[in-house]
Amino acid sequence: MAVVFKRTEGLTETPFHYCPGCTHGIIHRLVGEVLEELGVLGKAVGVAPVGCSVLAYDYFNCDMHEAAHGRAPAVATGIKRVLPENVVFTYQGDGDLASIGTAEIVHAAHRSENITTIFVNNAIYGMTGGQMAPTTLVGQKATTSPYGRDPKHAGMPLKVSEMLATIPGASYVERVSVHNPANIRKAKKAIKKAFECQLSGKGFSIVEVLSTCPTNWGLTPTESLKWLEENMLPYYPLGNFRSPEEVE
Amino acid sequence: MAKAKGKVHFKEDLCKGCELCTTVCPVNIIEMDKKKINIKGYHPATVKEMDKCIGCANCATICPDVVISVEREIEK
Amino acid sequence: MAKILMKGNEAIGAAAIKAGCKFFFGYPITPQNELPEYMARELGKAGGTFLQAESEVAAINMVYGAAGSGARVMTSSSSPGIALKQEGISYIAGAELPCVIVNIVRGGPGLGGIQPAQSDYYQSTRGGGNGDYKLVVYAPANLQEAVDLVMEAFDVADYYRNPVMVLGDGMIGQMMEPIEFREPKKRELPPKDWATTGTEGKRKPNIINSLRLDPAELEKLNQKIQAKYREIEKNEVRYEMYNIENAEIVFAAYGTTSRIVKNAIEMLKQEGINAGLIRPITLWPFPHKAFDEIPETAKAILTVEMSCGQMIDDVKIANNGRLPVGFYGRSGGMIPSPQEIVNKAKEMLGGAK
Repeated sequence: MAVVFKRTEGLTETPFHYCPGCTHGIIHRLVGEVLEELGVLGKAVGVAPVGCSVLAYDYFNCDMHEAAHGRAPAVATGIKRVLPENVVFTYQGDGDLASIGTAEIVHAAHRSENITTIFVNNAIYGMTGGQMAPTTLVGQKATTSPYGRDPKHAGMPLKVSEMLATIPGASYVERVSVHNPANIRKAKKAIKKAFECQLSGKGFSIVEVLSTCPTNWGLTPTESLKWLEENMLPYYPLGNFRSPEEVE
Repeated sequence: MAKAKGKVHFKEDLCKGCELCTTVCPVNIIEMDKKKINIKGYHPATVKEMDKCIGCANCATICPDVVISVEREIEK
Repeated sequence: MAKILMKGNEAIGAAAIKAGCKFFFGYPITPQNELPEYMARELGKAGGTFLQAESEVAAINMVYGAAGSGARVMTSSSSPGIALKQEGISYIAGAELPCVIVNIVRGGPGLGGIQPAQSDYYQSTRGGGNGDYKLVVYAPANLQEAVDLVMEAFDVADYYRNPVMVLGDGMIGQMMEPIEFREPKKRELPPKDWATTGTEGKRKPNIINSLRLDPAELEKLNQKIQAKYREIEKNEVRYEMYNIENAEIVFAAYGTTSRIVKNAIEMLKQEGINAGLIRPITLWPFPHKAFDEIPETAKAILTVEMSCGQMIDDVKIANNGRLPVGFYGRSGGMIPSPQEIVNKAKEMLGGAK
């Protein structure tokens, strides 16, 4: 028998600290697999965010920076300008990227920094205890929207991929999900394309990955995948919003 | 028709008992081992009837903790 | 080498390039704009990269990334912009990365004004961001000194793996003086084997980080950093003692204010009053020992600042209760005149002789 699935070299041996069923682990693994398959682990430099994935620097088997909240794209810009031949990526959640770090992500896209961003959208602040995020859905309860998000009070959820796709410098923008194996495989393809975009020098690439937060959603891991499918997919449609061919 | 034969291996001590693997197995052979508690304090996922495994790797694909490795053989 | 005439902000940029600075990330703010503009023109020619960031916050985080990747990197700004950079400066200090930060100080608080001031003394020497950290802070009083200190700042940053700040003011930034570029004293700089340049599969990953969730680990990091600061205090203190012998009154002043004080000292001399000056060149580490060298003839210390009184705290600590410490300051971009300083000195000495 041939081994068809084993732990990627792209991850260290450190076990993830994430809650049971949290899909961060799946997304970490996909990034690690892609880096390994593209043969770029040795020249990869990643930037971890502040949020649940703050410890991502312990998990990716490559050089890493830990950035301040929301600043990963600026940190990655500094790294990439020094090391244009290296592969530089940020891994950020929705509080980090879509709230405190909007200026940094918009301008990294605007300059078409030749970096790749993995944006994990689970519609909530996980690490700090389930507060409302810019991406929290209308009516969704969070600890700072205890009666459900009221768009009159807190605005409509922010569609990051759609927003970034309006920026000329955003070369590759795709939204994927990890709520079942078929979508996980598609997510991996998108992540690979994003890194390939960087490798061919085509500028800024981002993959928004819809993800779950069983703990703060108050659902089991299995219910969470279903909740994602039924509630997030209609508001955050999957698909490609920009591709390098379109940009050229 | 070619028939695939598979074998999965669980690193039980990494399992957090989230049960996601049990929901994606096309031959329904993964279950939580209620008789066992692993080092993290969870009932780990396990396979009782390995001979039914087709090595599709769905379980490993959805596992958030990289607990599972998969082997596969195609019988002609 | 023949001296050349340059504007302060540009001379600082030229010195940085001479010192091997290859990356500059900045954001426009008066009165330091000629510095990033100079870098935009010249850094590319020297094989480096200038990038205008979307904000001061982004600029300092770009510095963090570039420094972590092993580059000689610099940013500059002015007071409110430096306030914005404090987040990144704290991270840089916590991750023990070298970089040079130039602050061409303007009056505050808030948006304040655009005229010269020294009201960022606390911000520079007391941290400014969160946590127990220090910057080495140089306060040049003329352009030659600014150029020398900028060149040395890069070596000091690399040597100690710590951010270094060069604190000027609108006057240093805007004035023109003749300068020459001189090599700083040679230091044995350690290799940057901690930099994130890609593992190439040959070593374990390098991680640039200030997070320590384990309190014992965080305390260990703090102890390591503090030990480094003790070393810096031992090795890097700089100050000038001017006309200190037989001084009846000793001024304490830094930067451009010290030049005005020197005029006041001349005026006092003509009136038969012997006055001296302690001029800190490093604001941190502060030259405490200079105050131990004050002669017994001295009856008072007069601190003069372009602020409402900030360095006076350090002067009092260094003086340790020995002599009365007075203060004269102007703020908001107002500049103290030599006559005002003379009047205050005479008042402290109990009227004119």
